[in-house]
Amino acid sequence: MRKFLLEIAAVARFAGTTFRTMFTLSFEFREILRQCFFVGYRSAFLIGFTSFIAGIVFTKQSRPSLSSFGAESWLPSLVSQAVVRSLGPLITGLICAGKLGSNIGAELGSMRVSEQIDAMEVSGTRPFSYLVVTRVLATMLMLPILVVYADMIALMGSFFMTASINDSSFELFFSEVSVSVTYLDIFSSLIKSAIFGLAIGLVSCYAGYNTSGGTTGVGKAANTAVVASMITIFVVDLVTLQFINLFR
Amino acid sequence: MVHPAQQQHTRQAPKTSGSDRDRVVHIEHLKKSFGERTILNDVNLDLYQNENLVILGRSGTGKSVLIKCMVGLIPYDSGSINVLGYDVGHLDAKTLNELRLQVGFSFQGSALYDSMTVRENLEFPLRRNLGMNDQKQLNDLVHEALDNVGLAKAADQMPAELSGGMKKRIGIARTLILKPKIMLYDEPTAGLDPITSREINELIKEVRDKYNTSSIVITHDISCARETGDRIVALVNGYNKQEGTFDELKQTDDPEIRAFFTY
Repeated sequence: MRKFLLEIAAVARFAGTTFRTMFTLSFEFREILRQCFFVGYRSAFLIGFTSFIAGIVFTKQSRPSLSSFGAESWLPSLVSQAVVRSLGPLITGLICAGKLGSNIGAELGSMRVSEQIDAMEVSGTRPFSYLVVTRVLATMLMLPILVVYADMIALMGSFFMTASINDSSFELFFSEVSVSVTYLDIFSSLIKSAIFGLAIGLVSCYAGYNTSGGTTGVGKAANTAVVASMITIFVVDLVTLQFINLFR
Repeated sequence: MVHPAQQQHTRQAPKTSGSDRDRVVHIEHLKKSFGERTILNDVNLDLYQNENLVILGRSGTGKSVLIKCMVGLIPYDSGSINVLGYDVGHLDAKTLNELRLQVGFSFQGSALYDSMTVRENLEFPLRRNLGMNDQKQLNDLVHEALDNVGLAKAADQMPAELSGGMKKRIGIARTLILKPKIMLYDEPTAGLDPITSREINELIKEVRDKYNTSSIVITHDISCARETGDRIVALVNGYNKQEGTFDELKQTDDPEIRAFFTY
């Protein structure tokens, strides 16, 4: 328990240093853009594929229940609210935790054990700003964009499923969607996904940046980054849900 | 033309004493432990201008820890380290950065940034430390640094494509590009064949002569110590047991130090 609390304190200190560095040192604009590209590029296909399948499966599984109440016409409404409020951010967050968390943890971890981070420090190049702040900002900025992308693909999947069963038109499906999704849904989803991105970036960078113990340490860092990011995402999801419900 | 790195170095920390003009490093009663394990136990040493000082010792005697303490990578427990007039234990982040710009560190594993080409590795400290963005000027400095280590043609290769000896040279070139006043070499010949080791030893001497640097060479390789060292300090059980020239140490009666020479 004591070790766990010390670890939490260390992560909090790391987060504090990240925020302080974010606002005090020169802005690494080019490196942030490069990291944003990698975040999007690395995750786009998997997020798109998973969201499309999730949209199809969710629609197919919800339809019989709604049909039994004669409420089949509510399907676009149900799917869109589920996707925008919860499914989209959660799928994106978990995929990014897996793909980006392991990548960041392993990359920074191997840089640490091969003394590349030390080399940056001794040459006075402020590795924290270059390696950590840029990655945290990139994940935080890109997650909302990826969530919007995931939502759209999931809704497309849902539409294809619906259209294949009852010949629903594209316009009708998406007009139902636009009526049922509120600005609060969209706004809260974006905020939540930015927090997911922040959590993935911070936790993964912390695990990688503080790696020790050679190649075994790198594997451990990648694993810790993924597991801790996923747990953090579920906790953040629960907390933000409670908070957002105050405004509903 | 004044090198940009030298312009950067014009801001000096207050010197400790006028009589220490030729002394660039002064370490006194240095102690460092990791938990219960004492690594450095009362280390005292000086490094003088334009001198190659070899620190000879077995693996695990704290040689690397010592030079990492000198650039603030590892905090020490007690004692004092004075490098170029900077009291290393009491520097804020900005002043520590100023000091680090004047000290080159060649890592045991070379520590090249493996996501960058050789050229980008060398440009990295110039762009980030000195804010240089003029590609022509960068190209000139990179070419000069690579030429000095005999690898002018390797500029566009990735570190993974280089041999161990080439990596060492590029690592040294990357530190030399900032024109440091002091060079710290951590096991420069470890893992290299005898011919490449000799080339690296030659390079260390060339760097001293050409760049007028003072160097500390950490090694357990006796031929590296003989070829590069003007003076040798034997580090045993966390303290500097004996020092002198190679021939002086070779004559010692101390069995722990003699073991190096009779192997």
